[in-house]
Amino acid sequence: MRTYRRTGRLAALAACAALALAGCGSGGSIDEQTQANEENAAESGDCGELNMAVNPWVGYQADAYVVGELAKERFGCTVNYKDLKEDVSWQGFGTGDVDVVIEDWGHPDLEKKFFEGEGDGSAQDMGPTGNEGIIGWYVPPWLAEKYPDILDHENLNKYAEQFKTSESGGKGQFLGADPSYVQFDEAIVSNLDLNFKVVFSGSEAASIQAFEKAEKNKEFLIGYFYEPQWLFAEVPLAKVELPEFEDGCQDDPAEVACDYPVTTLKKIVSTSWAEEGGPAVDLVKNFEWTNDDQNEVAKMIAKDGMDPDAAAQQWIEDNPDKVDAWLG
Amino acid sequence: MSTTAGTAVRAQEREDRAAADSGSGGGVPRWVLVIGIVVAWVVLWSVLRGQDTLVLRGRDSTPLHDDLTAFRDGVLASRDTNPVIGLTTAIAEGFRAVFDFLQRLVSVPAFPRPVPQVGWLGVTALAAWVALAVASWRISLLVTGTFLAYGLLGFWSDSLDLLLVTGLAVVMTVLIGMPLAVAVGTSRRAKAVITPVLDAMQTMPTFVYLIPVVLFFGIGVAGAVACTLIYALPPLIRIGGYGISAVSTATLEATDSFGQTRWQRLRKVQLPMARKTIIVGLNQTTMAALSMAIIASYVNGPGLGKPVLQGLIRNDVGSSLVPGLLIVLTAIMLDRTTTAASERADLAARGRGLVGRPRQLLLGVGAVVALACVYLSRTVLDLATFPETGWGRSLADGLDSVVGSVVGALDGPGEVFKNAVTYGLLNPMQSLLAESPWWLAAVAIAGIAAALGGVRALLPAVVCLAGIWFFDLWNDTMVTLNMVLVATILVMVVATVFGVLMARSRRIDVTLRPLLDAGQTIPAFVYLIPVLALFGSTRFTAIVAALVYAAPAAIKLVADGVKAVPETTLEASRSTGTTSWQEITQVQLPMARGSLVLAANQGLLYVLAMVVIGGLVGAGALGYDVVLGFSRSEEWGKGAAAGITIVLLGIMLDRIGQRAAARTGEGVKVPLRRGTSGAAAR
Repeated sequence: MRTYRRTGRLAALAACAALALAGCGSGGSIDEQTQANEENAAESGDCGELNMAVNPWVGYQADAYVVGELAKERFGCTVNYKDLKEDVSWQGFGTGDVDVVIEDWGHPDLEKKFFEGEGDGSAQDMGPTGNEGIIGWYVPPWLAEKYPDILDHENLNKYAEQFKTSESGGKGQFLGADPSYVQFDEAIVSNLDLNFKVVFSGSEAASIQAFEKAEKNKEFLIGYFYEPQWLFAEVPLAKVELPEFEDGCQDDPAEVACDYPVTTLKKIVSTSWAEEGGPAVDLVKNFEWTNDDQNEVAKMIAKDGMDPDAAAQQWIEDNPDKVDAWLG
Repeated sequence: MSTTAGTAVRAQEREDRAAADSGSGGGVPRWVLVIGIVVAWVVLWSVLRGQDTLVLRGRDSTPLHDDLTAFRDGVLASRDTNPVIGLTTAIAEGFRAVFDFLQRLVSVPAFPRPVPQVGWLGVTALAAWVALAVASWRISLLVTGTFLAYGLLGFWSDSLDLLLVTGLAVVMTVLIGMPLAVAVGTSRRAKAVITPVLDAMQTMPTFVYLIPVVLFFGIGVAGAVACTLIYALPPLIRIGGYGISAVSTATLEATDSFGQTRWQRLRKVQLPMARKTIIVGLNQTTMAALSMAIIASYVNGPGLGKPVLQGLIRNDVGSSLVPGLLIVLTAIMLDRTTTAASERADLAARGRGLVGRPRQLLLGVGAVVALACVYLSRTVLDLATFPETGWGRSLADGLDSVVGSVVGALDGPGEVFKNAVTYGLLNPMQSLLAESPWWLAAVAIAGIAAALGGVRALLPAVVCLAGIWFFDLWNDTMVTLNMVLVATILVMVVATVFGVLMARSRRIDVTLRPLLDAGQTIPAFVYLIPVLALFGSTRFTAIVAALVYAAPAAIKLVADGVKAVPETTLEASRSTGTTSWQEITQVQLPMARGSLVLAANQGLLYVLAMVVIGGLVGAGALGYDVVLGFSRSEEWGKGAAAGITIVLLGIMLDRIGQRAAARTGEGVKVPLRRGTSGAAAR
């Protein structure tokens, strides 16, 4: 046993030495980089820290990292990306943990708590991102192609039988989405007298998986989904027409019988951070792009397997005009 | 489960059984009573079906739920003035400072340096040396391998962060948990007060308290440690407390006769004699802390949970599987190290292994080498940050295609099995439970509880049912209860088959053990996507996820139980010419009945722990309610109500199971415990 141990020791020693030599070979220069960092720190501007909340969907990551990487690159900000759900992100405005929520899909309840007026004023709206959220009922493309009339809600009952699953208790199944999103589907189904039952997928991953599978296996599926979303690059879901949205038709959750409105996605920031000013505040204020822009970055992240920061840098490099417009 | 804990559990049970035996009477066999109740239930159900089912739609809530939300909002609004929040924020600040320091030491660049204070080589060498000092050279190799895997697969910082957070949480559990363990171990009254609290801490889904905890401790490491504490504290208190109380009265009396004070008795007799059991508790606590890694990353908790969630949001199975496997590796490393450390101390005490001068010399040389590595890792760039290998990505791609082809191959048979279970078992049972009037279901459940476990089971069942009714989620509870029962049945089928196979064949045992360890420690988030790909958003998917997590513990318990059947008994039966099948069904399984009961009870609680995961994959009901409350602030009250309901459901099932087991005379009392076995169960 002792010999084992000694050989083990020797082997470890040899490995250390070998690695050390290898390291020397490739030119370690920790000291040089340390010096460089110190100099840079002295030169860099007054940006300081930027605490960017990163909510858990790829489209959001695209926005967050494009803005974050720009702030890093152009203004020398220290950007802290924080992986958080929406609710926690908003809580963080008041404590200084979070400065920016870059893509907000509308949270009236949180606005009530944290906006000036009814709430404590720790958060404020900093205008639209330029993205438009299109929420609604979607079916996989093969279904829309084969049964075009399925895209009208009035014909849905005709197909209810085919939408039946083990979960839907004898009715057609409507796949509800991740609980993070505002959903009125249960009310819409009952108010439009549709012979469907809402079964909640429970998470975005589950919804995406369901649509991918339905397209691949040519299965019947209808459910809640939204654009912009990277999935559309791969599976271009078709939207089912519901009675058109009119102001007020979603005010009473129990009475909803209309489509979702087009949602203007917006930026929410910490009030104290905005008041401090600085170059990053203007950047966030000016940031505005299209659904296609976002999809481009989102696709690099979700489908090409790039890290979000690398994808953002790539897009920044490819789109100098748009970027310059934000930098004012 | 380690032998010590197993013995502990069994010994505790013996007392309990003695108490229960005196109370159980004769009369009609229990199974006849249960069948009678079920038949009556079905008859009434066929008449009353669909009435008073208390269905609440997915996105509806009740005034009670809104009141709970309003209460939470009140706490939130008071955050600037609330003295408790002031205190916790200050504590959190301290945590953050400590963590920040440690992070810069080993895992993130310590500005202005481009690298941490100690690079990977130094950290690995130090870890290997520590393993050598506290355990053995084998363990030292395991530790070295694990640390190298962190770096080679490209997750150095996240892995080290995970170890730091787990370490901080474990230190805190010891500080808070040991005094409580002493209280539980030395005072019956303290035990009676603390035990139900521990039950609630372990069955309450983390998603319920994650956001409120963040309100007190902020996001990031402090919030993560606080959440982890809630979940990881109970095993240490329970098992440590048991160890202290199990010190024999004869020993205590003998030492008391020397006139020792209570403090002396505790410090010189009880704690040293309970040391081994306390270490088992510590081991379980460590595993529990580790299992919080993913959840904590929802509030920016540092560690390997982050890349796992990243993979999940992109539906990229491979890239969340790699960090998931590193979590498994970490669990195995920590488990084997702590276990070996406690064993080494024993060996050394008996003068075995390397002791005295040679050992000191070896450790001395090792220390010099480790320090040399530390020095090198501070000066040479490639020894400070791991060179980019790209192996992580290749492994992820490889795993991706393996998973893809497995899913492809299982698609057909999987569908058949899913439909058989869903239409054969799940739907009919759900129809009975959830479509009965609530009062009928309640009376029937209480009746079954009484038939199985007598008055001592009836009482907790009635209290829990009343609580469930009060929290306004009756129908969802019935749907969840149904899934839990079906999943437990499947767990027991799997556990019996594999447990017997393992007990009868050493080769199967050796092959399966590592897989079982992996099944228990791999985060569910890692395998959700492949399971979804197979079975879609269904209750069955949730059941499969629960099966992966719950079956390993049950299999191990059954295997250990069957193995414990004395060889002489088997030989006796063989001499009468029994076949293998007869030997299994007439000798081994009946004699291992205690283990089967224990496996069923543990399996059920593990299944219950996966209810929330089920909510993420289309199972709906209570799991969905919890996720909803976590996701939308205006629904928090509904989520909290669902969380409390899950606790009540767990306590009810546990108490019925315990009483029923005690009355069979083969009973095994199990402390309510979930997710704590981890790789520890060996």
